[in-house]
Amino acid sequence: MTTSAVQLDAEGNLRHFLTLDGLSRTLLTEMLDRTEGFLSVARQAVKKVPLCRGKIVANLFFETSTRTRTTFELAAKRLSADVLNLNISTSATAKGETLLDTLRNLEAMHVDMFVVRHADSGAAHFIAAHADPHVAVINAGDGRHSHPTQGMLDMFTIRQHKGDFTHLCVAIVGDVLHSRVARSELSALRTLGAGEVRIIAPRTLIPVHAEALGARVFHDLREGVRDADVVIMLRLQRERMRGALLPSEHEYFQLFGLTEERLATAKPDAIVMHPGPINRGVEMDSQVADGPRSVILEQVSNGIAVRMAVMSMCIGTQNLRAAGQADG
Amino acid sequence: MSATEVWKSAAEVDEVIRRMGEELGGLLSARAIRQPLMIGIHTGGVWVAERLHRALGLREPLGQLDISFYRDDFTRIGMHPQVRPSDLPVGLDDRHVVLVDDVLQTGRTIRAALNVLFDYGRPASVLLATLAERDGRELPIEPNLVGLHVRLAPGEQIKLTGPDPLVLVRATHRLGGANGGLS
Repeated sequence: MTTSAVQLDAEGNLRHFLTLDGLSRTLLTEMLDRTEGFLSVARQAVKKVPLCRGKIVANLFFETSTRTRTTFELAAKRLSADVLNLNISTSATAKGETLLDTLRNLEAMHVDMFVVRHADSGAAHFIAAHADPHVAVINAGDGRHSHPTQGMLDMFTIRQHKGDFTHLCVAIVGDVLHSRVARSELSALRTLGAGEVRIIAPRTLIPVHAEALGARVFHDLREGVRDADVVIMLRLQRERMRGALLPSEHEYFQLFGLTEERLATAKPDAIVMHPGPINRGVEMDSQVADGPRSVILEQVSNGIAVRMAVMSMCIGTQNLRAAGQADG
Repeated sequence: MSATEVWKSAAEVDEVIRRMGEELGGLLSARAIRQPLMIGIHTGGVWVAERLHRALGLREPLGQLDISFYRDDFTRIGMHPQVRPSDLPVGLDDRHVVLVDDVLQTGRTIRAALNVLFDYGRPASVLLATLAERDGRELPIEPNLVGLHVRLAPGEQIKLTGPDPLVLVRATHRLGGANGGLS
C-alpha cells in the first residue's frame, strides 16, 4: 500500500499523517481552516480545550529535536491529551529492543497516537503499517523524506500573510537535497496551486530530478529571489552531508547567504521564512533573521495550532471508526 | 428524509427580537447592570446577538463563541466541519455577560459555552437569552430570557436561518428522528 493510501480511511478522512503527497487540495485547505480555529486557543486565559481529554500521545523521537518536539507536546497538552516523551535513542533501542517491540509495549499501555521522528526515511510509514488499527501515527520528520506538519505550518504562515496561493512566487533557498522540509513544502505548494516555485542552491545540493518536483532551478541567489513573494531559507544540514558537497560554510554564505542587500530584488512586501534552527551567518545574517520581513517566530507559534489541527483530525476520525465497528 | 417549512417569518422573528430587547433592558436594569458584555454562540446565536446588541446600544464590541472544541460528542461524531475562531475582544473578568443562542433544546451547547467562557476568565454573572426554547432538556439549564416557547413532536426540529433575513424553519425528520444532539 502506498503511504498516501495508508494515511486515509475508507471515507477519505485523515487517519495517520505521514506525507503531504497524495493528499487533496480540499483536505489541505480543511486543515488550514481548522488551524485558524485553534489559533484562538492561545488567546484564552486557560490555553486548553477538552477535545482529546483522556487520550494518550507518545512522542517517539529517535532523532533529537527541541522545537518540533516541544510544539507537538504543547499542541497535545492544549488539546488536554496526556503526553509521554520518549527519548528512544537513549533507552530501549540502546538495550537491543527492536522498533516493533517498543511499539507493542507502548500499545499495551493504550497509547492512542504516536508522533514519530526518525533519521530513516519511511520510519513513520513503517510504524503506521504495523500499528494497531486504533492507533494514529504522525510523522514529525523521517530522514530526507517528509516533514508534513512543518510543510503545513509554512503553508499556513504564507496564507496568513499572502492569502491566495495562485499568484504567489515562492523561492526555496539552500540545501534542498537533504531537506525533508523542502520536499513537504514543494508537495504542498503544488497541491495548493502556487503560481511559481523556485529552488535556489548550489548544484551539489539540488536533487537530480528537481524539475520533476515542479520547480524552476536557479544557482544565483539574486536572480532566484527576484520578484519573489515568499523566500524560504533552509538549514544547511551538515549532519546529513557525506562527502565534499561544500567548500566551507563561509564560502556558502558568500554565495547563498541571505542579506538585506540580496533580498532587494524580491518584492518589497516579501516575507522571509526558516524552519529553524537558524545557522546565523551561514544561511542568513542576523539583520534579515531579526528584520521586519522575517516571520520565523510566527512560524513557531503557528506550528502549535497546525499540530493541534492535525492531531484532532486524526483522533476525531479514530473515534468515528471505533463507533462504526461497534455499530456494525 | 425531511420536510422544512417556514415556522416564523422574518417579520415575526424581528418582532420577537424587538420584544426580547425590551425585556432584556428591564432585566438588566433590575439587576443594576449598565454595560453588559454580549456574547453570541456561533452561528445563529451571533445573528440574534448582533440585533440585541444594536437594540441595547451597547458600546463594547460583540463577542463570538465557537463551542466546537468543547462539544461532548467529539468522541462520537468527530469534529464539526466548520470551526470559527472564538473572538472575545474584551476581557471577561468581573464582567456581567449576556450569552445569546438561537434555539435551546438539550442544554449541551450552553454547558459547552459556559466552559469556554470560564477558560477565558471569571465573569461576575452570566445571563442566558435564547430566541426559542423547546422541550428535550438533558441538563439542568434554564434561560433567563426566552423569545418563543415551543413544544414539538418527536422528530420535529426548529432552526434559525440567516443572517438576513432571520427566519425560523421547522423540519420534520420522518426516518429515525435522531437529531444532532446538541441544541
